[in-house]
Amino acid sequence: MSASPIATTRTTAGMPTGRLAVWWVIASEIVIFGGLLGSYIMFRLSHDAFAEHAAHTNTWIGAINTLVLLTSSLFAVLGHKAADAGDGPKAAKFLYLTALGGVIFAGIKFGYEWPHEIALGYTISSNTFWSFYYTAAGIHAAHVVAGVIIMLIIAPRAKRNFDLHRVELIGLYWHFVDVVWIFLFPLLYIAK
Amino acid sequence: MSHDDHAHALGHPSSEPGYEEHTHHGNYVKIWAILVVLLVVSVAGPFLEIQVVTLITAFGIAVVKAYLVVKNFMHINVAPRYVGYLIATTLMFMLLFFAGAAPDVMKSTGTNWKKPAWVAAHEAALHDDGGAAGHGDAAHH
Repeated sequence: MSASPIATTRTTAGMPTGRLAVWWVIASEIVIFGGLLGSYIMFRLSHDAFAEHAAHTNTWIGAINTLVLLTSSLFAVLGHKAADAGDGPKAAKFLYLTALGGVIFAGIKFGYEWPHEIALGYTISSNTFWSFYYTAAGIHAAHVVAGVIIMLIIAPRAKRNFDLHRVELIGLYWHFVDVVWIFLFPLLYIAK
Repeated sequence: MSHDDHAHALGHPSSEPGYEEHTHHGNYVKIWAILVVLLVVSVAGPFLEIQVVTLITAFGIAVVKAYLVVKNFMHINVAPRYVGYLIATTLMFMLLFFAGAAPDVMKSTGTNWKKPAWVAAHEAALHDDGGAAGHGDAAHH
């Protein structure tokens, strides 16, 4: 069985067009998240009060969600491997597992973490730290939800061995979402 | 019908002629295990209550984790070189933004300008604490 990768053979710059497009999306996203995180770091370094407010975030919840995203990234890349091998049903199975990781992540955040913090009085308008917290985590969570939706659209066709290159493309996006969280986690949950 | 024939019939691109890229699939479970161990270390670091250790275990490990994901899961090392340049360029823009904005954001005074609220908060803190406190409360406003 061939281990050659899955992607359209149309190419504009030495790589499949779809993959090139996803890298462009990722580059654009770096500027979005980079500006946000850069601003947060400036305020964090110049305001001691940020550390006091960060002390109220739940490190264990953040760690669990990090583990969930890392594991879902593993499933995403295993899906890519299965797609490369031409095994659509297996790739679809891993896509569903990846999406499940996203659902668990969002469920913990929207179902427990945020309601708990809001109930304690920490809202987006409480102060600058919580404004950053909800904005950064919220934009990231929106990317998680978008990724889950895209995976649920791609998986049924992948299961029938159609458009298997999309398994790799959504995987690329998902890994980037994982990388953003890798930096959000210490900024919002550990540096107290 | 072989797999490749079947794939070709479905428009599966891996069977197209001239397709020369090859993604090397390594041991992903091993990479994941390393990432999990690094996560545990980053969570455990602050328990030592040594600031330098916390910074290293939190942000140093974050950089290592991100590198592992980008290299092994996103396979940037086998992508065309310009992809790396593209990503590096956006990171440079991020640093440029930081360098340009940080002096305004992080300082309370400068040449011919000052932030009255910050300066007042700083002076009040000096008055209250005998010079030990900073201007952190200004972040509330």
